[in-house]
Amino acid sequence: MEKWHDNRAWFLVLPVFLMVAISAIIPLMTVVNYSVQDIFGPGQRVFVGIEWFREVLGDSRLHDALIRQLIFSGLVLLIEIPLGVAIALAMPARGWGVSVSLVLLALPLLIPWNVIGTIWIIFMRPDIGLLGVLINGLGIPFDHPTAPLDAWVTVVLMEVWHWTPLVALLAYAGLRAIPDAYFQAARIDGASAWATFRYIQLPKMRGVLVIAVLLRFMDSFLIYAEPFVLTGGGPGNSTTFLSIYLVKLAVGQFDLGPAAAFSIIYFLIVLLFSFVFYQALQRIGTGDKPGDRR
Amino acid sequence: MGSLEWMAWTLPTAIFFVTIALILTGMTVWQIISPGTERRGFLPMATTRGDRLFIGLLGSAFIHLGWIGLTDLSLWWALAISVAYLLAMMRWG
Repeated sequence: MEKWHDNRAWFLVLPVFLMVAISAIIPLMTVVNYSVQDIFGPGQRVFVGIEWFREVLGDSRLHDALIRQLIFSGLVLLIEIPLGVAIALAMPARGWGVSVSLVLLALPLLIPWNVIGTIWIIFMRPDIGLLGVLINGLGIPFDHPTAPLDAWVTVVLMEVWHWTPLVALLAYAGLRAIPDAYFQAARIDGASAWATFRYIQLPKMRGVLVIAVLLRFMDSFLIYAEPFVLTGGGPGNSTTFLSIYLVKLAVGQFDLGPAAAFSIIYFLIVLLFSFVFYQALQRIGTGDKPGDRR
Repeated sequence: MGSLEWMAWTLPTAIFFVTIALILTGMTVWQIISPGTERRGFLPMATTRGDRLFIGLLGSAFIHLGWIGLTDLSLWWALAISVAYLLAMMRWG
């Protein structure tokens, strides 16, 4: 029997469509318009074609920022996803411990992003910061405002502390949704803890892990407030990620044309990676291989 | 059009967005008249027409960026390659 669709449902989507149009599509159109013009002020502009794209694509500072951004997002995903899943696996399934764990995990997510940066500036200070003093006390010289590697360690630690709870909460929700029958069957078959994880829990968590990876990738790729407050992109340019460089270009130098061209390239990169991740993660645990044909 | 001055429209960008809007409208009408289903082509996953259009348009954007970044040749060549790529994607993707 053919499935019946009620097209009136589209009217229910209309308010969201209008909101997205106003908040995303119209600004995106404006950015595209700016990217092909030299903007001097309201009503004062000159069409320059693809000049800004050529300039931005040849900009070595953009290349460096992109490489830093890719390394940062890669590191963050490599740490946060396994750590989040491990925390979710270690959390209690029932009892008072569930509420305590959930509240503790939610705390970092409730703190405003710029406050996170301030907390970590103080926490990592080599003179008065708890962790900074501790690390230096162990005989390891640590000074994030002047040493690029220390700045990176601080930014990655801060990001992991801030956002791993989100991954853990999503993974925990996925784990709790698995019916007990699967685990009973695994016990009867004498499956090891690893086999249970590999063949039951991981495939069943696929949906939430897709969301977690996409959210964490996009968010880490667009990160601005925390590293800006913590390091300001320094020392030197060592933690100048794409968004920090973009703001320097658009607000600091008021180069709206190049900044708009930069934004479009940035947007396309995020879109490409998100699409690739989404497609790859959709196939985990389905037995769907690239060479398969229907 | 004074109220849209802040959007800084130009003729080429207007043509670009009208083309995208026409493609999306055309795809919607096509889907209503002749509903499509997922199928497999040379891409490593099953795709709908909409998926193939998205992949085609995203790929076309990167073809243009690559062209601008790597050559000094006219952008019309990149457009021609992109149109051929998009059509191939829609037909065999």
